[in-house]
Amino acid sequence: MNPTIFSLDYFFILLGLTLSIISIMSFRDSGNPRRIATGTFWALYAVVFLIGDRLLPLVVGIIVVVMALIAGLGGVSLGKYGQFTPEERRSSALKLGNKLLIPALIIPFTTVIGSVVFQKTKIGGMFLLDQKNFTLVSLGLGCIFALIVACRITHGTPVQAMREARRLIDSMGWAVVLPHMLAVLGLLFMDAGVGKAVAQVTTTYIPMDTRFVAVVVYCLGMAIFTMIMGNGFAAFPVMIGGVGIPILIGVFHGNPAVIAAIGMFSGYCGTLMTPMAANFNIVPAALLELPDKNGVIKVQILTALPLLTVNIFLMYYLMQF
Amino acid sequence: MQTAVNLWPLLGVAVIIAGFLLRQNPVMVVIISAIVTGLAATMPIDKILISLGNGFIKTRNLPLILLLPLGVIGLLERYGLKEQAQILIAKIKSATAGRLLIVYLFVREVSAALGLVSLGGHPQMVRPLIAPMAEGAAENRYGSLPDKILFKIRAMSAATDNVGLFFGEDIFVAFGAIVLMQTIIRGYNIEVNPLHIAMWGIPTAICAFFIHAFRLNRLDAEIERALGAKNSTGSVVVDEPKGEKI
Repeated sequence: MNPTIFSLDYFFILLGLTLSIISIMSFRDSGNPRRIATGTFWALYAVVFLIGDRLLPLVVGIIVVVMALIAGLGGVSLGKYGQFTPEERRSSALKLGNKLLIPALIIPFTTVIGSVVFQKTKIGGMFLLDQKNFTLVSLGLGCIFALIVACRITHGTPVQAMREARRLIDSMGWAVVLPHMLAVLGLLFMDAGVGKAVAQVTTTYIPMDTRFVAVVVYCLGMAIFTMIMGNGFAAFPVMIGGVGIPILIGVFHGNPAVIAAIGMFSGYCGTLMTPMAANFNIVPAALLELPDKNGVIKVQILTALPLLTVNIFLMYYLMQF
Repeated sequence: MQTAVNLWPLLGVAVIIAGFLLRQNPVMVVIISAIVTGLAATMPIDKILISLGNGFIKTRNLPLILLLPLGVIGLLERYGLKEQAQILIAKIKSATAGRLLIVYLFVREVSAALGLVSLGGHPQMVRPLIAPMAEGAAENRYGSLPDKILFKIRAMSAATDNVGLFFGEDIFVAFGAIVLMQTIIRGYNIEVNPLHIAMWGIPTAICAFFIHAFRLNRLDAEIERALGAKNSTGSVVVDEPKGEKI
């Protein structure tokens, strides 16, 4: 592989350093009743980013379990953050005006421009962006540009930005690490053959001798399996191999493109309804400070179920083309 | 059952479902499920830990998307970003929470369909801009909002980002999911053109837009029903959304 100027590893280090500072701030925060546990939690996560790839996997596994114990026993707690009052924020908004929006918009625009325009750019034989992770690296660069501009506009400091990052991270608490832990569980599910077991159960016990029943089993199966695994990518190989190829294509001669496309979308209906898709459902609930962590899922169900029904009929009629 | 498929790892799934139903801490539930799944697949405990550790390192890029923008967003919030978003939306007199979110749904879905998936997102777009604007639009009409309505608007803002992203990105040909589908189907000696997969996704993408837009329309109706009679400013007449009586 070609060397890269902006490798993803730099951003792991950057995040590791940020988490280290957050950890130190937590240890010193006398306003946090569980400051030792909270500080330890973020210190362990910092270690994973700073030197995780040089540690024995067994050690990282133990770190993961300890983090889960701290989070599970309520060890990640809120502290004091020296926030501005709503009045101070409002007068600051009136003073700075629309300039405040610029850094916020720099992040998405740098990400898009970086990953679209500079994706293959080389300087002196080296790729500018990490070729496997050009979107993430562009996002990281966007955050750095945005921080520089934000400091200039607000006269805030990077240290203040760290304090604010701690405020947001603490307000999300354990939800911050949930997507990461779930991704690990997904890998373990695959290793342990959970997919095969689910396919076995669905295909053995449900008779699929009419086309409509087969379509319903496939679409519902995609949705339910996605809800269990947390993403449609894990469900697709199982359902296409168990029902899609042998029955919808093999027996009923359906159009593979229709079966693939609408099948995956049925899976996404499942994504909208499961806490296992934490980064889409649980993290936003935490970010928006909803008291009910399932609040986002609850409003999504009424979009997901009608859409799943629509998908079943769309597939039933379109697969003949 | 004659086949050699081991059904015991399904215990891990049962742990997850039970854990979430009993409202236990999800992080704890996930780790317990991982250990149960591993044991059911006859993995020794040290091998389970190694597998957890390897997986945790392999998936380190996942939290980057969430955590990297927080510093800037937090700093901007301190200096009034949310308040500015609300000042801006107050200038658009016809704005309602539902209408604003319908516009965002459209922009999010179309830009994702063009491959521009990073134009939205919860930490960098929904929390600092979209949710405050939707709240602001409702506050301009009805004054301060009761918690129930406020949380509903926020949850719908997050839901709108998700729906737009999911059902937009899958009709972009170069999206990973389409490549994944093509590769897996090829494994069964069936060739599918990625362009056709993208094309056959369009009917669902359109239905997703209309179903969710209808729900956002209902959100406006719900807010009006809850607050309209009580403290409407009188200067703004809310026209009745179409389809409300269905």
